[in-house]
Amino acid sequence: MTGLTDVRLDGDPALPPGRDAVPESLGRPRERRMVPRADFGSYYGLPVLNEPTWQAHDIAGYLFLGGLAGASSTLAAAAHLTGRPRLARACKTAALCGVTGSLYALIHDLGRPGRFLNMLRVFKVTSPMSVGTWILTAYGPQAGLAAAAALVPGPWPGAARWATVGAGLLGPALATYTAVLISDTAVPAWHGGYREMPFLFAGSAAASAAGIGLLAAPLAEAAPARRAAVAGVAVELAAAARMKHRLGTVAEPLRRGRAGRLLRLGQALSVTGALVGLTAGRRSRRAAVVAGAALLAGSVCTRFGVFEAGTASARDPRYTVEPQRARLTEEEDDTQ
Amino acid sequence: MGRVGFFTDTSVCIGCKACEVACKEWNAVPDDVLGFTGMSYDNTKGLGASTWRHVAFVEQPHPDFRWLMASDVCKHCTEAACLDVCPTGSLFRTEFGTVVVQEDVCNGCGYCVPACPYGVIGKREGDGLAHKCTMCYDRLGAGMEPACAKTCPTDSIQFGDLDELRERASRRLERLHEAGVGSARLYGHSPADGVGGTAAFFLLLDEPEVYGLPPDPVVTTRDLPSMWRHAAVAAAGLLAGLVALSWRGRS
Ligand code: SF4
Ligand code: SF4
Repeated sequence: MTGLTDVRLDGDPALPPGRDAVPESLGRPRERRMVPRADFGSYYGLPVLNEPTWQAHDIAGYLFLGGLAGASSTLAAAAHLTGRPRLARACKTAALCGVTGSLYALIHDLGRPGRFLNMLRVFKVTSPMSVGTWILTAYGPQAGLAAAAALVPGPWPGAARWATVGAGLLGPALATYTAVLISDTAVPAWHGGYREMPFLFAGSAAASAAGIGLLAAPLAEAAPARRAAVAGVAVELAAAARMKHRLGTVAEPLRRGRAGRLLRLGQALSVTGALVGLTAGRRSRRAAVVAGAALLAGSVCTRFGVFEAGTASARDPRYTVEPQRARLTEEEDDTQ
Repeated sequence: MGRVGFFTDTSVCIGCKACEVACKEWNAVPDDVLGFTGMSYDNTKGLGASTWRHVAFVEQPHPDFRWLMASDVCKHCTEAACLDVCPTGSLFRTEFGTVVVQEDVCNGCGYCVPACPYGVIGKREGDGLAHKCTMCYDRLGAGMEPACAKTCPTDSIQFGDLDELRERASRRLERLHEAGVGSARLYGHSPADGVGGTAAFFLLLDEPEVYGLPPDPVVTTRDLPSMWRHAAVAAAGLLAGLVALSWRGRS
């Protein structure tokens, strides 16, 4: 009976799941509304948008690692120039690890290394991914050279110094362009938050770089890291609050479910890390290590939370349709 | 040749899915689903990497019962977000004004997928590349009309010169309004809308969202200059902040 056709009768034990012709054998759309709201029309509750195909561990990981690398390079350059060699070395090492991890995540997302090269054939300002590829290409080697020279003192201290400064100058671009990367989509929670997203990411990046400083630098050199942690977390919290306020209904995915839990946990960890760093972390290495780890974990949670909130907002047609409807109603009112 | 397009008049669609089949056959689009959704006669759910034409079926108590059927497709936007964000230049604008993916250039980054405000383009599991309607680029090149329009038995899908289609659509809308079909409306025909008008536009009998279409889509890249400005300020702030905090209190 098998082998003749791919279409088989229901109840056939050989039938692979999803090939069985019963209602919803294709799976129920997530969060499908059985009773649609009176004021909201949708097509069987199906999403209007196609959900991002990106895997959270690749792209949310990329958002975190890019931020960590970028801000670490800037902190490293500042530490280098203000005579804090051990803070500088820790941050340069973190930057190298971060940028290597970023590249790995990106290539894993693309499927194979050769595909990265396809992006080096063009430069398109309208594509944040293209711009980011070039930022990464310019930044990576400098971060690598700076780290290499800090770990194994090489023959060209001059070049290492320039690489440190160069990576420090490019770092903030790497840390913030990722906000544009996700905002430049039709995903309601990402696009709607495009004004605050770069500040949220900059704050979170600064906090993660500060975390490295607290973790690895001696207390006497860690003062900039302690201050950067407080400032970074403050900026991140302010940006997140403003974003939620302005998003209105579309802020729901930032509060609910997995994304909501991740974002709350991220904030709690970041605040704890910054406060412990500023108080006990001044005197005790152990407290500084705890604070640094909390800051890093906080930044990871925040990035994964933002990522999840976006995909959740793309899955529910409400967040696509309602703001557009509201806009149309407003325009109608204006013309009357 | 000037810009071409589709005018899909859903008021005469009979839901035969001949367009879905013709599209799959002509373009050798692989099978993606085989199953039963329980959503009226629709088992394909929506557009994606392996569904380039999708017929929507809506059953409404209106006043007793009515069918709404509509064949959806890539809109070939005037301002196409998918094309703007593509980092490889794989998505390009053809001499017919349509938007097409070059599979040998696409690197599977998937950026175009969440960029499309209509949920059209998708990434295929098998080859990991982006796919969508090409408006039968090969057939257009040979002077033929796209397979779906060719096969549509009721001329619900009309292919032709875009300006001419727009005029034809306005006349059709007027006729329907005169005949008392007050719910008829055009969707995507206006160059003043959020994507600069679409080359594939529709005559609908209800709100767009009822068919799974966004009511007022705006191409995401309209805000891109502002996004870059915000990011530049944030980046400058990050640089200045970290530098200032490192120099502060140093004697
Ligand atoms: S409908 Fe989507 S996939 Fe088609 S041209 Fe417009 S943005 Fe691109
Ligand atoms: S998946 Fe392919 S077509 Fe889509 S944006 Fe990436 S390179 Fe371009």
